[in-house]
Amino acid sequence: MALPNMPLGELPAVTNPEIVEHDVDVLIIGGGMAACGCAFEIKKWAPADLKITLVDKASMERSGAVAQGLSAINTYIGENAIENYVKMVRNDLMGVVREDLIYDLGRHVDESVKLFEEWGLPIWKKDADGNNLDGAKPAPTLREGGEPVRTGKWQIMINGESYKCIVAEPAKSALGEENCLERIFIVKLLLDKNVENQIAGAVGFSTRENKVHVFRCKTALCACGGAVNIFRPRSTGEGKGRAWYPVWNAGSTYTMCAQVGATLTMMENRFTPARFKDGYGPVGAWFLLFKAKVQNGLGEFYANTDAVKDELSKFMPYGQSAVTPTCLRNHLMINELKEGRGPIYMATDVALNAFIEERRAKGMDEKDLKKFWKHLESEAWEDFLDMSVGQAGLWAGMNIEPEKVGSEIMPTEPYMLGSHSGCCGIWTSGPDEDWVPTVDGPRSHQYKWGYNRMTTVNGLFTAGDGVGASGHKFSSGSHAEGRIVAKQMVKFCRDNASFKPELAQTAQELADEIYAPVKLYHEHVGATTASDVNPNYCKPAGLMMRLMKATDEYGGGVATYYMTSGKLLNICLDLLRMLREDAELMAAGDLHELMRAWENYHRIWCVETHIRHIEFRKESRYPGFYYRSDYPTVDDANWKAFVNSTFDPKSKEWKCEKVNCINIIETEPWI
Amino acid sequence: MPSYVDPSKCDGCKGGDKTACMYICPNDLMVLNVEAMRAYNQEPDACWECYSCVKICPQGAIAVRGYNDFVPMGGQVHPMRSSDSIMWTVKFRNGNMKRFKFPIRTTAEGAANAYTSGKGENLDDERLLLETELKTPTMLAK
Repeated sequence: MALPNMPLGELPAVTNPEIVEHDVDVLIIGGGMAACGCAFEIKKWAPADLKITLVDKASMERSGAVAQGLSAINTYIGENAIENYVKMVRNDLMGVVREDLIYDLGRHVDESVKLFEEWGLPIWKKDADGNNLDGAKPAPTLREGGEPVRTGKWQIMINGESYKCIVAEPAKSALGEENCLERIFIVKLLLDKNVENQIAGAVGFSTRENKVHVFRCKTALCACGGAVNIFRPRSTGEGKGRAWYPVWNAGSTYTMCAQVGATLTMMENRFTPARFKDGYGPVGAWFLLFKAKVQNGLGEFYANTDAVKDELSKFMPYGQSAVTPTCLRNHLMINELKEGRGPIYMATDVALNAFIEERRAKGMDEKDLKKFWKHLESEAWEDFLDMSVGQAGLWAGMNIEPEKVGSEIMPTEPYMLGSHSGCCGIWTSGPDEDWVPTVDGPRSHQYKWGYNRMTTVNGLFTAGDGVGASGHKFSSGSHAEGRIVAKQMVKFCRDNASFKPELAQTAQELADEIYAPVKLYHEHVGATTASDVNPNYCKPAGLMMRLMKATDEYGGGVATYYMTSGKLLNICLDLLRMLREDAELMAAGDLHELMRAWENYHRIWCVETHIRHIEFRKESRYPGFYYRSDYPTVDDANWKAFVNSTFDPKSKEWKCEKVNCINIIETEPWI
Repeated sequence: MPSYVDPSKCDGCKGGDKTACMYICPNDLMVLNVEAMRAYNQEPDACWECYSCVKICPQGAIAVRGYNDFVPMGGQVHPMRSSDSIMWTVKFRNGNMKRFKFPIRTTAEGAANAYTSGKGENLDDERLLLETELKTPTMLAK
């Protein structure tokens, strides 16, 4: 019998990987919506000899947050004023946002949506009688003036199972398949040896063969999504995989950019969405399309009571809007739970039956009612089947039919992201146009420095979840932002034609660093009879659990109903410091485990910036997402400002600072 | 809800260099054991149940069993995906069945226009391909 001290997996890692070096002009890191937008757009602006390469950790056809599909596109401006989009985002994110970036996104996003439809994405339409048509039925396109099915003011419904496949296809063909490298995980960005504060390359490794890839480039887009599995999830067994956001997003965008000195912004922001319990199925369509309401454990529809109005009035002007900010909706729900009035139910039964009763009252006969119900039921299930199949599986396992019984909803563990109803990320330049404010001081205080969406590091761009202080882009906005960046990167190459990137480290030094966990594994694996327990190293799976326990208990996770304090945060930072040290002792026996090791490095760094920002901001800006017991209120007088932080790659020191937040769009009326 | 592989159906994509499930899994979970010529999910507690492997498997060898820490046994959700639509079968724990069919794409696979001959005009303004106007904000703060 063999002892279990063998590498896991099927692709053992060796200590001397092959090194492959690439010289490119433009490097696109990531393969999600933003990277696909960039890949589609960039050749339209680039001269024929510009060498452009995209590198994806997975396969573009199903990578990123849209891998599974989506049932709606949440940002489509259409008939609305872009200024009102800015107002909505500003209010939902409690006032502290970059209005220039949000407006700019709003003026480009619809073109992406029209392209999706042209490429084959089925978009629901209204027929002449006001009924919903699925996206395959003959109807005028959005470009031709077709009317989409609006749920909220900004959302439109789609049949989106193949959304990502449809968007990836033209991205790949525009760039050329040979320029899209898949299954390579970029883990570090590299600065230039000679030119101060200038990106010069990146390094990563293949998850399919023992190869380290070193890239030299003039400019790079870093768009690798948000961060998941950074706080202990509510399901810690098999269900740990059923994260609300894609479980493969490890905070790589934030960490890699921060490590080369890019200024971060609003890293204190997090998103703890209230979703169907355990399956984490979407609630948007239930609230907006089916007009469902939430009930507490006593059967009360608590959201419209006088007590709730009083509570919301503590958070003015944010609490006054017709659509309550997401964090405050959570806050109200958490209050119910803390008072023992849980569980909270989405009254799916009440909502669906109300539709039937409404039709019946209008005189619809039973045969048509049956047909109408079939359509309604199908819409309800498609919402899950398009984007969160696991929730449908949970309903099947629990014998839940939504017309008969409501389903429990619950705020999840915290996530970090910049494209959904969250806004942590990297501080970037806005468009170089007159309406964007001119601010004196270093780039970390400015709103524009020449290249739209460039970080404070020359040549380094970001998009999608990467761009901070500008949430509510969702899938379509992330794609549009990738297109914005594409043009800017070409401009950067034109303006810096003489720049020749040179790396400070040799390729071999980089390979040794990347493969350090493999070397450690081989050096010590013989010291015990079972490879996962060894006094000389730790395994990535265990280290991730240690990280999530620390953040959950001290950083305001679900364990404490999102409550933390200065005292707890500093304990958390101590634990994270030791985690960062011990991360050097991670061991990996196969390529999959090496990927997990590097994801953990990214997670630890990224969540450390999160804790650092919450500690610096002496208030509770997002009640319902997190609370500081020592500063429990929203303090607009002192803290209606950005918190920006910068890591100095030379001195290895962090600096947090308060940065002035400017209103570009009118504040009277606020909404 | 981790994916699992039926050994009587999986043929390891005949050892081709692109095993379908391994090619598609966004989280690098599906792997081929070359000796057995069968694939398996190497990290079930990291499975997002995105169904990418289930949908792509040419042998229909992959299905999903609900997460064992919160889903009662007996239910199953299974798709059949074609080039323009997807058919879902939902089997409940109590034996009830529901079927749903949804469109997924209105164009032929490979037909998405990448505008490969499209060229932008002015690199120094903010207009992107196909955009004719560039708005600037009104309703400004005082």
